[in-house]
Amino acid sequence: MELTLTNFTKRFGDQTVIENLNLSVKSGEMIALLGPSGCGKSTTLFAICGIHKMDGGSLHFGADDVTRLPAQQRPVGVVFQNYALYPHMTVAENIAFPLKVQRKSRTEIGREVGVMAEMVQISNLLDRRPAQLSGGQQQRVALARAMVRKPDVLLLDEPLANLDAKLRLEMRSEIRRIQRETGITAILVTHDQVEAMSMCDRIALMKEGQIVQLDTAMGMYTNPIDQFVAGFLGNPPISFLPAEALNLTPPSAVGSTGPITLGIRPEHVGPQFGSAIEGEVTFVEPQGREELVDMRLPSGDALRAILPTGHCHVIGQKVKWGIQQDRVLAFTAEGARL
Amino acid sequence: MTGHSRNWYILAVLSIASAPLLIMYLFTLVESIAPIPHGRLLPGEVDLNSWRFLWERLQEGRPTIWAVTFNTFVFAGTTALAVCALSVTAGYALSRLNMPGRPIFLGGLIMLHAFPTITLIVAIFITLQFLGIYDTLLGLILVKAALELPFGIWVMKGFYDTVPWEIEMAGVQDGASRARVWWELVLPQVRPGLAALLIISFLSGWSEFVLPLVLAPGSSAQVLTTFLNSIIFLDDAEMDFGLFKALGMFYSLPVILIYLLFQKQLMNIYGGGTKG
Repeated sequence: MELTLTNFTKRFGDQTVIENLNLSVKSGEMIALLGPSGCGKSTTLFAICGIHKMDGGSLHFGADDVTRLPAQQRPVGVVFQNYALYPHMTVAENIAFPLKVQRKSRTEIGREVGVMAEMVQISNLLDRRPAQLSGGQQQRVALARAMVRKPDVLLLDEPLANLDAKLRLEMRSEIRRIQRETGITAILVTHDQVEAMSMCDRIALMKEGQIVQLDTAMGMYTNPIDQFVAGFLGNPPISFLPAEALNLTPPSAVGSTGPITLGIRPEHVGPQFGSAIEGEVTFVEPQGREELVDMRLPSGDALRAILPTGHCHVIGQKVKWGIQQDRVLAFTAEGARL
Repeated sequence: MTGHSRNWYILAVLSIASAPLLIMYLFTLVESIAPIPHGRLLPGEVDLNSWRFLWERLQEGRPTIWAVTFNTFVFAGTTALAVCALSVTAGYALSRLNMPGRPIFLGGLIMLHAFPTITLIVAIFITLQFLGIYDTLLGLILVKAALELPFGIWVMKGFYDTVPWEIEMAGVQDGASRARVWWELVLPQVRPGLAALLIISFLSGWSEFVLPLVLAPGSSAQVLTTFLNSIIFLDDAEMDFGLFKALGMFYSLPVILIYLLFQKQLMNIYGGGTKG
């Protein structure tokens, strides 16, 4: 089901948190709302599911205007950060609750709960209570409960934030698998760029109540619209160097000369790109397959490189490295992309 | 019971501290059945005369003990139910709804809870007179429930505060109405608190003395505390301590039973949380 949010505005008291936000999600697509905390991504999610009233704009599921529809009647399934399972009910009762509300027959409820449990692989846990489950299992129950009504849209609010690193990896692919299998339109709210990049078809990067850029993960990574986007995506993060433009071809925002900022990703720095830049190693972080090396340039600025292990860099060592020049990103002093 | 061996010194201290109470109870019981003659330590012959109130009126014109006990149950029970019914809804409203005047209301609750209610007694007396429910159980129940409410609402609000609001949002998203979410999803989380409140208000009603004494002094609405009090004036010549002790035993029996049966639920109100 296609989802269209038009000119969405949200105010808390007299403070406008989000103004005229537009977002369109294709049918069957999984999109991430990514951004630092306080950027309005959760607010957007809660407006879509109907918990927050919209102060302006409209929301359409397909051709249907659901702007004024109460949360109860919206065809939306939500997975909350703390899963919000009903602690006094068994797993089966938890999953069955939305169907019970719809007054479905007992046999039908039993069958549909069985199907959902099968899909999220918790068929052996149906008689347990939430307190007896691990975090990953609780997550699966929450997913099953959100999906059992067969909603048109699935909303996930930081679903992996409460899991440990290994489970997070597992649930990442699980959620994606379930989303693909059912072909449901999904929106994932997260502040973790790795989650957004690995799970979603497209990413909407938000900042201060606005969507800064909406693109595929790779599109956004290789072609960021401004310095904020370039800095937000990528782990280890991009290095920014101050620079002076000497002879820019017009039309350019800064004229032909002036101060600019260069963004250089760690994988584009290293000995394999020549030896034009001289510097001193200030930090080495072995990561197993690769190692992360910080170097200080004579100007005092820092450049970060990620290299295959086996170079045996030590702190204080003098190195001469190059950069892959065609991958360098340039920004104006204000942060706009050149 | 393995964990108890480590706590033996706590048990020892508690035993010593509660020993006087236990000994007093024991002697009350023993002496109501077999009076100890003056100047002796051991009880004499078995004499159930002190318990005669169970099968006969103590005096012409007095209500029977069973009528009074029934009154006490109605008074304490209805009070407890009324307090719970109002607290369970008012507590939810205070915990969840963003209504105007909420901070003032909350402050008022604490104030009322700490308020020395005995200073209100004259005003309440006049009000009940005016309403025509002076010297009735109904008047007594209304006053007692009103005085218990601040505590009840405050306790229930505390329990509601521990229920994550995501549970309610999930319920709404699952298609349930707000009322159904409250009844089916939220209420079960605060049930331990509600049970504790029910027991505590019942016990509070059971032990209430001043209100019945002042507001229902007649014999039709007499409760056990005032009945016990009236025994003092049974005989001008001499006080019947045996009768006093037997009646005391009779009066405290339900309280002891309730404590024994509901220890766990009563502790909840001090723990304040809902687990598992």
